[in-house]
Amino acid sequence: MLRALIGDRAVVAVAGFVLAGAIVIAFANQALPPTHDLHASIFAVGLIGKYLCFALLALAIDLVWGYAGILSLGHGVFWGLGGYAMGMHLMRLIGPRGVYGHPVLPDFMVFLNWTELPWYWRGFDQVWFALLMVVLVPSVFAFVFGWLAFRSRVSGVYLSIITQALTYATMLAFFRNDMGFGGNNGLTDFRELFGFSLRDDGMRVGLMLASALAVVLGLALCRLMVASRFGKVLIAVRDAESRVRFLGYRPEAYKLAALVVSAALAGIAGALYVPQVGIINPSEFAPTFSIEAVIWVAVGGRGTLAGAVVGAVLVNALKSWFTTAMPDLWLFALGGLFILVTLLMPKGVLGLISSLPAAFLRRGVIAAHPA
Amino acid sequence: MGLLRPLVLSLALLIFGALGQVPAARAQHGGDDPVAAIAAASGFDELARAIDRLAVSGHPQALAVVEALRAGTLGVRAADRALLWRDGEGRFRDAATGAMVEGINPREVRPIRVNNRVRRSLDAALGALQLTSPDPRIRLAAAERVFRARDPEAIPALEAQIARETDPRIRRVMEGARAAAVLASDRDVAAKVEAVATIRNRYDLDARGLLASVRDQPPEVMDAAAAAIRAIDRHLALVHAAQDVVFGLSLGSVLLLAAIGLAITFGVMGVINMAHGEMVMIGAYTTFVVQDWIRDSAPQLFDISLFIALPLAFCVAALAGVVIERTIIRFLYGRPLETLLATFGLSLILQQAVRVLFGPNNREVGNPSWMSGSIELFELTLTRNRVAIILFGFAVFFALLLVIRRSRFGLEMRAVTQNRRMAGSMGIRTPWVDSLTFALGSGVAGLAGVALSQIDNVSPNLGQGYIIDSFMVVVFGGVGNLWGTLVAAYTLGIINKLLEPFAGAVLGKIAVLVLLVLFIQVKPRGLFPLKGRAVEA
Amino acid sequence: MPRLSRRSLLAGTAGAIAASTLAAPFVRAQPAPIRIGVLHSLSGTMAISETTLRDVMLMLVEEQNKKGGVLGRRIEAVVVDPASNWPLFAERARELISVHRVSAVFGCWTSVSRKSVLPVFEELNNILFYPVQYEGEESSRNIFYTGAAPNQQAIPAVDYLMNEEKVQRWALLGTDYVYPRTTNRILDAYLKSKGVAADDIFVNYTPFGHSDWQSIVAQVKRFGSAGKKTAVVSTINGDANVPFYKELANQGIKATDIPVVAFSVGEEELAGIDTGPLVGHLAAWNYFMSVDTPENKAFIETWHKFIRNPRRPTNDPMEAHVIGFNMWVQAVQKAGAPDPDPVIDAMIGVAVPNLTGSIAAMMPNHHITKPVLIGEIQADGQFNVVWQTRGTVVGDEWSDYLEGSKDLIADWRAPMRCGNFNVRTGRCGGQG
Repeated sequence: MLRALIGDRAVVAVAGFVLAGAIVIAFANQALPPTHDLHASIFAVGLIGKYLCFALLALAIDLVWGYAGILSLGHGVFWGLGGYAMGMHLMRLIGPRGVYGHPVLPDFMVFLNWTELPWYWRGFDQVWFALLMVVLVPSVFAFVFGWLAFRSRVSGVYLSIITQALTYATMLAFFRNDMGFGGNNGLTDFRELFGFSLRDDGMRVGLMLASALAVVLGLALCRLMVASRFGKVLIAVRDAESRVRFLGYRPEAYKLAALVVSAALAGIAGALYVPQVGIINPSEFAPTFSIEAVIWVAVGGRGTLAGAVVGAVLVNALKSWFTTAMPDLWLFALGGLFILVTLLMPKGVLGLISSLPAAFLRRGVIAAHPA
Repeated sequence: MGLLRPLVLSLALLIFGALGQVPAARAQHGGDDPVAAIAAASGFDELARAIDRLAVSGHPQALAVVEALRAGTLGVRAADRALLWRDGEGRFRDAATGAMVEGINPREVRPIRVNNRVRRSLDAALGALQLTSPDPRIRLAAAERVFRARDPEAIPALEAQIARETDPRIRRVMEGARAAAVLASDRDVAAKVEAVATIRNRYDLDARGLLASVRDQPPEVMDAAAAAIRAIDRHLALVHAAQDVVFGLSLGSVLLLAAIGLAITFGVMGVINMAHGEMVMIGAYTTFVVQDWIRDSAPQLFDISLFIALPLAFCVAALAGVVIERTIIRFLYGRPLETLLATFGLSLILQQAVRVLFGPNNREVGNPSWMSGSIELFELTLTRNRVAIILFGFAVFFALLLVIRRSRFGLEMRAVTQNRRMAGSMGIRTPWVDSLTFALGSGVAGLAGVALSQIDNVSPNLGQGYIIDSFMVVVFGGVGNLWGTLVAAYTLGIINKLLEPFAGAVLGKIAVLVLLVLFIQVKPRGLFPLKGRAVEA
Repeated sequence: MPRLSRRSLLAGTAGAIAASTLAAPFVRAQPAPIRIGVLHSLSGTMAISETTLRDVMLMLVEEQNKKGGVLGRRIEAVVVDPASNWPLFAERARELISVHRVSAVFGCWTSVSRKSVLPVFEELNNILFYPVQYEGEESSRNIFYTGAAPNQQAIPAVDYLMNEEKVQRWALLGTDYVYPRTTNRILDAYLKSKGVAADDIFVNYTPFGHSDWQSIVAQVKRFGSAGKKTAVVSTINGDANVPFYKELANQGIKATDIPVVAFSVGEEELAGIDTGPLVGHLAAWNYFMSVDTPENKAFIETWHKFIRNPRRPTNDPMEAHVIGFNMWVQAVQKAGAPDPDPVIDAMIGVAVPNLTGSIAAMMPNHHITKPVLIGEIQADGQFNVVWQTRGTVVGDEWSDYLEGSKDLIADWRAPMRCGNFNVRTGRCGGQG
């Protein structure tokens, strides 16, 4: 098992870098005085934490796309559901400190005239229940959807398009104020988590570290999965589903398992994201967001776990820089990046880099031994 | 409202009566000149009353003044409070005489503003003044205006005109108008009960609204009105059900137009073209550019602007399609999921390009006059732009079918999609056919853009709103099957519109999407799946 | 391969960190300019409305600097793009305050963007000027609301229809989000308090960007055939308006039969529609471009010169930014320093002329006084003011017509200093 874990050196390197980087940033924020040149502002901490959540989402997408051949254009659903589960917990923790001072109901329910808490909000005041739901709701959703879809052998393009429809329908549903999730305004004005104030710098650093840890654990879990026998079958399903079926396997079971794990990871990523950015709203279900997340994976390198993490961080860092420096050009850059990556770098940044040394070496060899 | 106007009128008459009858000849001077009263009116209420008086004054210039006020060209000269209006050539005319007035500085004439209260009086006045117009269309519109005005004063004029009217349809409307006026008058019960029956025979919402507003009348009249409303409601229930189906057809044709280009690029070629919506957008912006040019250079062409825009939109979008196919898509054949990513990137670029070129705001694309308003067909109200789009959707569909089934290019296209290598060895230039096919799909999307510009925003986000629906339609209908796309578009449109009155617009849409997702589980390849080998490709 | 991939990662993450620290404080020139942040979406779905507000802010800063800035220091606008993405609003707000060290921020359009940044402004104790009409039900120490509260727009509009047009039956159409929901609830309670029967109120919500209005317009027509004068109160948002008005015109609903009064349709929105068939439909705002005052004339002239386009309209949120900015300048002068705490205290009671000929004053609840204007759409895309309130109306943050909020008031002066003081229990903090 340990060998499987360290078998992919890129994964080990990325995991190590994520962990070390997060700890260094945390140290630079907490231990160094603000005047120090290497001090990391709390703004930077928040930014890194956000990238890491995106990285975990990308990892979840890579697991199903890179290894099971399922291109989901609806991972925003799982991400958003996890986020909403966390958001509901955070809402309940506000308690009577809302603007209306209602002991139980969140503010948006008070002014939309709800008289009691809907049944599906019950239990979210408990940490364990909320954390369970963060994993359970996306997984169950993925299970039901996957079971229906894989059983009737919906695959390829069709699957991608109905996942897109699914996330679109979910977005419309959550936009409805009658659903009891705050409509377009979503859930916001969070105060605390695990008894710590969310406005406290220490808490922010903690959340960033937790995100880093989640990415590392996610990498480990995915690595174990893909390196195992299960993973081999999964890859076989991706490459030739019919043949796997004829060999006596049930591809749908493997695909379903991968989808459920992936949904759970996406849910956890969403749940870590919400307290760090302070809001969850239905736009997380927007189809374009899900497609964008797929592109992170493509940029980093589909089918390499390390690539997903690298891609997510890279694209989002670029986005942060671009939208500040040249807001008008950002969409050109992003769109161009997608086209270039699909046309010229089918294996993504990681693939490009890994092919470079070989090319250099070969050239080197030729130079050393002229004909 | 119905009672207020006669009341005001009679009050006014009473006051003027007390002041003593002013001979008509002297009405040109003094405060009771109806034209001068308009110039002197302060406040909208006074203005409206002045118009009411003008309408019944028999003043020779009444119609001109009313029309000028409606058009917003009537003004008061600051110096002497003279009432003037500008004719079509921009010349000033004296409102009281209609004579031309020279040497007026337009800055000195302050236009008279109107509000809805005044506009209602203007409508009623126009109705009364135009009842005798020689043009039957104007007479019909006038009769409808009088129907709405419910002015008992209009009864004699109506009766005179009904006796003279030759067009049965206009006569019916006039009789309805007379009945409405009778209902508002102080005639006896029998006349009113008869009036109720006349109004009922219109069997429309206006009649229902009028009958429902009957108050403080003898019990016989009230009972008759209530019974008439029930009869109208029974009748309208059927009409409304039919209307919902028509709405569904209309929505279906919008979906069809949006999806039909995709049925070629995605359905036939297997390219998941996420930039399809942007091709639609390009078509819509082409329409904008054409109309913008027409507004500036050749306003008389406005009514045919869409016919100029159609071929241009097709060409521009098709050209864009060729460029996209040559530079991006052709490297990705056989990798459908990667075309998705690349074309998504492309759609972002196109959207932003339009945003930079045309600005982020909506652009104004007008409806030509023949596409404005509505027509009545078997008691259904059909808005002209929707009818035009339904017809246009069918036209595009069958033209496309014809191209694919009957032309040489269509044959080659089918050959290439069914067996590329075989087609190649038969001497078909497959890359050439690929480019043209993609261009055709894009061009048709551009045509859709012209149509959609008539009912939706022309903004950089235009395409985004249709892309998911378009994919749903193509997948639901069965990829690679044009008839499937047609059936799917209309099915989805009608289901959506039948659900909407019960579930509301949002839930209706969600329900349709969820039903679709479930349907795909049952029939993974849509309503009309392609049979045979092509499926495995 | 592993070595190199590690290096690539390094580059990636280093980029991320660089992004956050690039904007480290510059070496200060003498005297240092006062910085203000501009937080409006320049891309994404909201760019359509918000880009103009960025331009107005840049113009205001330029004009003020021509007058010598404030406190003898230049004003410098820091513009960032939150890209219509709500979490990004919070991130950018934090960037403006903690990295760019701005003294105040002018920004946001949607309610959700304001809700997203509110905790940031409270945590980092800075000032936000919010220029758009909104649903109320909020009063934060760190936010100044220069747009209208529902009582400064919706209720006067309904009063106008009730009194002038004798409307008895009401169709409340809105996009399904918090502003229409709250406004319609307030109107529902208000209309019922005026004796309107529940049957005479029809409420309908549609999703954002709704484009097929056939059924709903037909429903409104049916609703309007009950023999009572009917009006539509529209809180339909942005993009959905164009197809809505087109359908209305084509189905033959005229303003003289069923007038529509809108709270989110201004000069900018009308610029995308052929307004010919819409003449007579109404809008309620606190400013119209057509208002004939010297202040407005001067503003439009400056605006057209700045934007180099003599056809660009002006609208209500632009006026709100003009008022907010002038108030801020005055408050900074009054406080003697641009720091948030003294400025927040100095803001209350500051009064500046608005563009419609009256005075806007900042009230203790952080809302301002505004005149309410009802305008009818003209064929040229402008509004003709047909009615306006005598004097100005004070923004009411906690509506008197909602169950949870009618006992609450906000007063940010000492000694109360509370945004949700319950007058019944005499305590700060809502009902508790």
